[in-house]
Amino acid sequence: MDTSAVYQKPTEEEVKTLLTERFPEVEVTGTEARRVFAKLPREKVREVCQYIHDNLSFEHCSTVIGVDYVDHLTVVYHLSNYWNGLMIELSADIPNDDPHVDSVTCIWEGVNWHERETWELFGIVFDGHPKLERLLTPQTYEFFPFRKSYKLRGQE
Amino acid sequence: MISVVVEYTSILDFIDFNGQYVMDNAYYPFEDVYNLPFAISYGLWKIIGGALAWLINLIFPENPVSDWLMSEPVCVLLSLIIFMLIVFIVVFVCTLISLWMERKCLGRMMDRRGTMVGMKGFLQCVADGLKTFMKENTIPKKVDNMTYMWTVSLVIGVSVLLACMIPLSQRWFVVNYDSGLLIIMAFFALAPFFILVSGWSQNNKYAMIGGMRAAELMISYEVPMLIMIATTALLAGSFNIGDIVDAQYETVWYFIPQIIGFITFFFCATAESERVPFDIAEAEAELVEGWQTEYAGMKWGLIMLADYFRGYVACAMVTIMYLGGWALPIIGNGPIPEIVFLLKTWFVFFLMILVRAALGRVRPDQIVNIGWKVFMPLSVINLAVVLLLKVGGFFRWL
Amino acid sequence: MADSIAPIVAAEEKLQQQADKMETDKMWIIMGPQHPFSHGLWTLKIKVDGEICVDAEPIVGYLHRGWEKETENRTYPKIIPMADRLCYAASMTYTHLYCMTVEKALGMDIPEKAKYIRIVADEVCRINSHLMWLAAVGTDLGNLTVFLWAMREREYFLDLNVKLCGARMTTNYPRIGGVRNDTTELFDRDILRTVDRFEKALWEIIALMDDSSIIVSRMKGISYITREQAANVGLTGPAMRGCGVDFDIRRDDPYDNYDKVDFEVPVLTEGDSYARYMIRTEEMFQSCEIIRQAVKKIQALGKNAPYRVKAPSRVPAGTHFMRMEDPRGESLMYLVSDGTDKPYRLKVRSPIFTNVSSAKLQCQGVRIADVPAVLAQIDMCLGETDR
Repeated sequence: MDTSAVYQKPTEEEVKTLLTERFPEVEVTGTEARRVFAKLPREKVREVCQYIHDNLSFEHCSTVIGVDYVDHLTVVYHLSNYWNGLMIELSADIPNDDPHVDSVTCIWEGVNWHERETWELFGIVFDGHPKLERLLTPQTYEFFPFRKSYKLRGQE
Repeated sequence: MISVVVEYTSILDFIDFNGQYVMDNAYYPFEDVYNLPFAISYGLWKIIGGALAWLINLIFPENPVSDWLMSEPVCVLLSLIIFMLIVFIVVFVCTLISLWMERKCLGRMMDRRGTMVGMKGFLQCVADGLKTFMKENTIPKKVDNMTYMWTVSLVIGVSVLLACMIPLSQRWFVVNYDSGLLIIMAFFALAPFFILVSGWSQNNKYAMIGGMRAAELMISYEVPMLIMIATTALLAGSFNIGDIVDAQYETVWYFIPQIIGFITFFFCATAESERVPFDIAEAEAELVEGWQTEYAGMKWGLIMLADYFRGYVACAMVTIMYLGGWALPIIGNGPIPEIVFLLKTWFVFFLMILVRAALGRVRPDQIVNIGWKVFMPLSVINLAVVLLLKVGGFFRWL
Repeated sequence: MADSIAPIVAAEEKLQQQADKMETDKMWIIMGPQHPFSHGLWTLKIKVDGEICVDAEPIVGYLHRGWEKETENRTYPKIIPMADRLCYAASMTYTHLYCMTVEKALGMDIPEKAKYIRIVADEVCRINSHLMWLAAVGTDLGNLTVFLWAMREREYFLDLNVKLCGARMTTNYPRIGGVRNDTTELFDRDILRTVDRFEKALWEIIALMDDSSIIVSRMKGISYITREQAANVGLTGPAMRGCGVDFDIRRDDPYDNYDKVDFEVPVLTEGDSYARYMIRTEEMFQSCEIIRQAVKKIQALGKNAPYRVKAPSRVPAGTHFMRMEDPRGESLMYLVSDGTDKPYRLKVRSPIFTNVSSAKLQCQGVRIADVPAVLAQIDMCLGETDR
């Protein structure tokens, strides 16, 4: 398939082939009706997102989600196409000792606050973010409360 | 045995000192016009002062104080003080009634009950008054104290003075100048200046913007309003309120020839008294409470009361200028013209309540637009119509 | 010719220089958290040039309760009442979304009847939420009558909630595997009556709002947002559809049985504040339509149809997400389960959280007086924004 063409309403299969053809590092882990799940290395996040935004017409990024798997962190992006209701779930693993990933705020402005929130709660630094400050928690916090190392009462 | 020669034996001799009629008093302040509140207060002083004089005479017979108390100039002076109280209390009660009316009518229009405290909700204003008087009188640290206190006193004072100056009938007035209408307008237009200064003095951004808006509001409605006052005066041939009412009784209520002017003046009056849709100076949606933000407790309560005083004055102006004042078409003055006047005033106030229930708030730039692009041409058209009628001799046929 | 133009140009330049010199100081105004315009605890900092707003920065987080972290400490059924507390005006939709996400993780299918009951409950909730919004718009535009009339209508729908599940606002009604109880006796009669009555009453409120040129002029032509901007800044829901994005998750990515009911998605391309207002009022009529169809389907299924299936307490390991059309926009839940009876991580995407982050775009060039009216269109609710 032509990986440089612009597709307004790509199907699940098209998205799968286009992504794997254009970026061999991207691993599509599964598809469902209107859903594509993919895994990618963190260095590629901005590049892949730019491609998905420009060429596959995914105009909207629903969320940026951080998950703490104790041995590593994961960032999950949910991208949404407004023409046919397709969603792509991109997840990128991040090592604990170097929690950095490229910001995609320059692609979708709406991601701004989601990235800020993920940073303050999980400590994942989004490089190139215009204003990475605490949003929901007080400015004086020096820890990341949603990590598993932060125990709740009742958790041993 | 001690014999005392007393000229006056009974208390009644003191109370009805020399059986003098109020207008026979050489110092009667209203020239040759009968003034009902003054007559009442004169009578009241006769009772109070007479009783006092009798008491003093009883203890110290033959003293000069009793005579002095009942002498003509002292009678007039002290009954003037009672006169002021009477006029104020009547206006105050009228304003409270319009406040109650607004709460009740607005409640009905919004599908709720309105106030429910005693006497069909009338005592709510007493409760409100008590509450605001009990409240702590906080003054922010960084306000400009002098202007902060004085401007608010002036806003309230001018409003009360204005409300008291409105005549209720031919016999119920405070002053009877030939330029009565102009004087009332002049006092009416004073408040926005104080509001502007007050907004600045509070050292608060909301208050500052509120004060600016009051000035913005004033420049937009004041000019058309004055044109319409001049029009009415032209039609009646006088600025004297009594003459205007008489002229309307002799011809026709002025809202018929000046229907455009009536509607425009009504909305200008709404703006003047800062009510919805023109309450931009205290727009609570964006400016918290506008220029009143930093006033607490009793000061704030009095500001709210002053707002209603101004609303009452605005309605009274509409009544005087367009609805024939205290006169009825055929009956004329009737036995109690004051009641007729107040009923008309409350009717106009009811219209204002309707407007408030139905409309939202305009934007400051829109009010300037409305003032200069709608009210202004309309008032000029109104003036032209009146000129045509006057020149064409329409009023001579009536 | 050129000679005559040159002095004019020079004069214009001089005027421009003077205007530059006369530039006034800009002022930050902090609206909130105790401010009549902020419906809830949040702050909007706006930078004004005279009366015109040039910059805006929302500050949220006063209500951050760590909802997502709290859920990691609770078993799956215990999170249902917590999901109610995300937003009191849209409690039914959040509970529904949570149950759907867990059902997806369990890979289970729920009875037809439960799906339709959930649709009815969702749409009642949508009307509730939209009426709350209408009331807020009324006060922000200075008309208290709209506020009280909208609240009066809302009361009937809260009564319907009582009839359905016994609670007015925090309903705790959907369950993993269905709904808590069947529709009560005469519920279908009551809801049809209420909906019929409501459509008439809504026309009255619309007459009060749309026939008033003051209120229309306060919203028309204010705060334009193009389709591309709306999609890019993450506006969702009615606010987005007012800007011309033709997308509704109920229609384009259907969940439960929304693909089996017939309704229209109102879309306007104007992109101003008034268009966003119109979308929400139109959505209320569409919700009434959906309720009618769904109630008919429930009646056709009969009285004894199953409404709930038993769900296992442990969820197999994996990651799952569901999204739904909340009254305010797209809400999404992402569940990471590790095979125990408690979630490993549960993330909520709140529509308002993203919508309010675009406050700068919405408020630029707008007068102070219009800031509340413009931001009323995103229908703030802090419970779900701060979570």
